[in-house]
Amino acid sequence: MTVADHKSSRRELALRKRHEWRTLLKHPASLIMRLSAYFAAILTVGVLLYLLVHNIFRGIPHLNADLFAWKYTSDNLSLVPALINTLIMTAFALILAVPIGVGAAIYLVEYSQQTSKIIRVIRLTTETLAGIPSIVYGLFGSLFFVRFLGWGLSLLAGTCTMAIVILPLVIRSTEEALIAVPDAWREASYALGAGKLRTVFKVVLPAAIPGILAGIILATGRIVGESAAVMYTAGSVPEIPGGQNFLHDPVRTLAVHMYVLSSEGLHPGSAYATGLVLMVMVLILNTLSRYFAKRLRVKAGQKDANE
Amino acid sequence: MTNNEITMEEILGHDVARDLTDDAVLDIAAPLSDKIAFEIRDLDLFYGDFQALKNVNMDIRQNAITTFIGPSGCGKSTLLRCLNRMNDLIESCRIEGSISLYGENIGGNNIDVNMLRKRVGMVFQKPNPFPMSVYDNVAYGPRTHGIRSRAKLDDLVESVLREAVLWDEVKDSLRKSALALSGGQQQRLCIARALAVRPDVLLLDEPTSALDPISTSKIEDLVMRLKSTYTIVMVTHNMQQAVRISDETAFFLLGEVIEMTDTKSLFAMPADRRTEAYITGRFG
Amino acid sequence: MNAIRKPQVRGNRIKELLMKVIFLSAALFSTAAVLIICLFLFARGIPAINEIGWLNFLTGTRWKPSDVPPSFGILPMIVGSVYATGLAIAMGAPVGILAAIFISKFSPPKIRRFINAAVGLMAGIPSVVYGYFGMVVIVPAIGRTFRVSGASLLAAGIMLAIMILPTIIQLSVSAIDAVPATYYEGALAVGATHEQSVFRVVVPAARSGVLSAIILGVGRAIGETMAVTMVIGNQAVMPESLIRGARTMTTNIITEMGYAVDLHYDALIATGVVLFVFILIINFSFSIIKNRGIKYDGS
Ligand SMILES: Nc1ncnc2c1ncn2[C@@H]1O[C@H](COP(=O)(O)OP(=O)(O)OP(=O)(O)O)[C@@H](O)[C@H]1O
Ligand SMILES: [Mg+2]
Repeated sequence: MTVADHKSSRRELALRKRHEWRTLLKHPASLIMRLSAYFAAILTVGVLLYLLVHNIFRGIPHLNADLFAWKYTSDNLSLVPALINTLIMTAFALILAVPIGVGAAIYLVEYSQQTSKIIRVIRLTTETLAGIPSIVYGLFGSLFFVRFLGWGLSLLAGTCTMAIVILPLVIRSTEEALIAVPDAWREASYALGAGKLRTVFKVVLPAAIPGILAGIILATGRIVGESAAVMYTAGSVPEIPGGQNFLHDPVRTLAVHMYVLSSEGLHPGSAYATGLVLMVMVLILNTLSRYFAKRLRVKAGQKDANE
Repeated sequence: MTNNEITMEEILGHDVARDLTDDAVLDIAAPLSDKIAFEIRDLDLFYGDFQALKNVNMDIRQNAITTFIGPSGCGKSTLLRCLNRMNDLIESCRIEGSISLYGENIGGNNIDVNMLRKRVGMVFQKPNPFPMSVYDNVAYGPRTHGIRSRAKLDDLVESVLREAVLWDEVKDSLRKSALALSGGQQQRLCIARALAVRPDVLLLDEPTSALDPISTSKIEDLVMRLKSTYTIVMVTHNMQQAVRISDETAFFLLGEVIEMTDTKSLFAMPADRRTEAYITGRFG
Repeated sequence: MNAIRKPQVRGNRIKELLMKVIFLSAALFSTAAVLIICLFLFARGIPAINEIGWLNFLTGTRWKPSDVPPSFGILPMIVGSVYATGLAIAMGAPVGILAAIFISKFSPPKIRRFINAAVGLMAGIPSVVYGYFGMVVIVPAIGRTFRVSGASLLAAGIMLAIMILPTIIQLSVSAIDAVPATYYEGALAVGATHEQSVFRVVVPAARSGVLSAIILGVGRAIGETMAVTMVIGNQAVMPESLIRGARTMTTNIITEMGYAVDLHYDALIATGVVLFVFILIINFSFSIIKNRGIKYDGS
């Protein structure tokens, strides 16, 4: 948000004050409009709160030591192996996707002439990639990584599939972070005789780091919550992979674990507890991401708008 | 990389040698140098279809302060940015004519723009220190040009901060973020940062327009002091400022240089009626 | 004074060029990914549709992979997807847009921050968590109300309506925020109330942004898999009633992927191809509408 926007929204707020409830009683149509907007907002937040509270109350009683046993058995239904698999997959998928995504964003923002044809193609395909549903990624992963490359249901196949899933997310958030870096810093760097590379790596990227981090964290959340794209690429074996060939072991991630528990319908308690753990992870990731996004705005010298 | 480093030290050494032998440096009260730094000939500049500079011819003297004045949008910044080819960054910008620096055409394809910008430093209207420490801001340029030695950097940082009359204010907070400095300090830091690559020329685009009167006068003093070592070209909207500090002044109007001569005569008896109208405040 | 001549820094120039090529390749990676995804899906799916017969596949109402001979008609699933998505939009879009109006125009900054955080969290909650919530809350509720099993199109519609809310809200808020204050002030100046200005002037001015928000919501809904599969019942029959079970294209794939082989597997890929085509059409209309959006620079 620019300063001008900020000012105009403040002016708007001041104008608003004058037309408060008193006027509303004279205009029933306006009253209905306002009430319906209130209702929608309350409904939205209400649904979320209901979901959270429901999960917390049903989940907490089932958070017991069994659930956090090191090894999974059909008795203890431990979520630890699935949790660790999720973390491993997240780490590897990020290692694959972040360099590519950040590099792509650097090209799109710092190098390209914004009107060139190739940029339009890249933007279009990145947008397409972002819109593809998980299940289609799952199908593709199953066709390409699992069968065509012969990796079988494996950590590797799941990881590569997820790397593609999060790629557009990383690209977009990095792009936004780079755009938020003021041109004045780029100019200052060029004016000192620095080349493009040095300007990008020493000035622009460091300033954009919080925004890039925010995007990476969102991507992490996506991996943690993903099930359709990993079920038929990574498999569903609730064990921590080990040994030399661990990349080729089939694994079960936490979200898939929750799906299995709930679709069997036999262990509602454990399903709630697992869901609770998932939600807490997402909540933490979300908060972190918002924190870094705010840091970016502050760092890039922008006022904290109403977000 | 190593190749680069040796070259840079050579250049730096050369600079220092020049500083010590050049008469202009030793004798601050020396008369205006006759040497010409920039020769601008028949310069036309276009942003897309819009012609922002029309047939500009100008000589800029070494070790003098040259100011550009004129109403907003008349092309002062544009010409300034031609001198270190910052306009290269603007896609729609096209230039005809020639600019040479000490006889060498800077517009050619065989020119290394980064080297040119090292020799022709620039300070912007809004202070734009990097979001790094004070030290790293100043050291950014030298590091860019291959100086890695800690001791050398320390010396350099201290000496340019002294040159920019900022050392006493920041010597205890070299490691603190430059963004925490006041606006005036930030602008002097930007000047120090530009000096740290030991340029020949310093371009200043309305360096005081965002500052309070005290900071402004500090920067004016600083610029006058720097004149002995550097060739200075400055854009200003402040007529008193031009009179106070500059040796030569060029008046711009709608992309043309209406007249350019030594500052005293330009303000005392402008040759062109439009100049007179502008400096007496009748338009602009 | 030859310091500004080029050759001195040839090493740097090569490095600059090399990195540019590397960045370009990274940027082309997503293009390559889209191409490979299309290639693999279509190369496997199209021959399967040919074998089944285009008409049989797209308009057949029987999906019996284990019959001899098997039938692979996905019309029930296409209809199921359309119904579930339609329901989701019918419920989710009004609520989402109204909530966006509230956030943008009726909420003080503090509440705005809170709701934004809540909506962001909603967007981050995993499908399975939503699905399980639907399974244990929405499905039984429908079951009790209508005295049926509960797993139904309606349950899927409600589930999806909730899940697309954050998408619709976030995009609508930015669209409404982008309308210049002059529109609003202009309306006030001619005597409209705050509400009238917002609903009659500001929101209509943001309509292309709001419409693209809805389209993106459609894309989300039609592609959602896990949550739907947990509440829709998954019967591969033509939907007859909103409170009966049905199956969507996505749930068709996920339910049978685990054990399908040969033509059956290929028929699932082919289902994915049809879904993918739907998605491409939706994405395409999204970008057209988004780019057609009013640029408020004239005012
Ligand atoms: N990047 C650009 N693209 C197109 N036109 C430009 C660009 N930069 C400047 N111009 C135009 O060129 C003309 C000269 O601009 P310039 O910035 O040189 O003016 P100026 O004399 O420095 O004005 P001011 O005193 O306001 O800084 C103006 O009409 C401006 O609109
Ligand atoms: Mg200017």
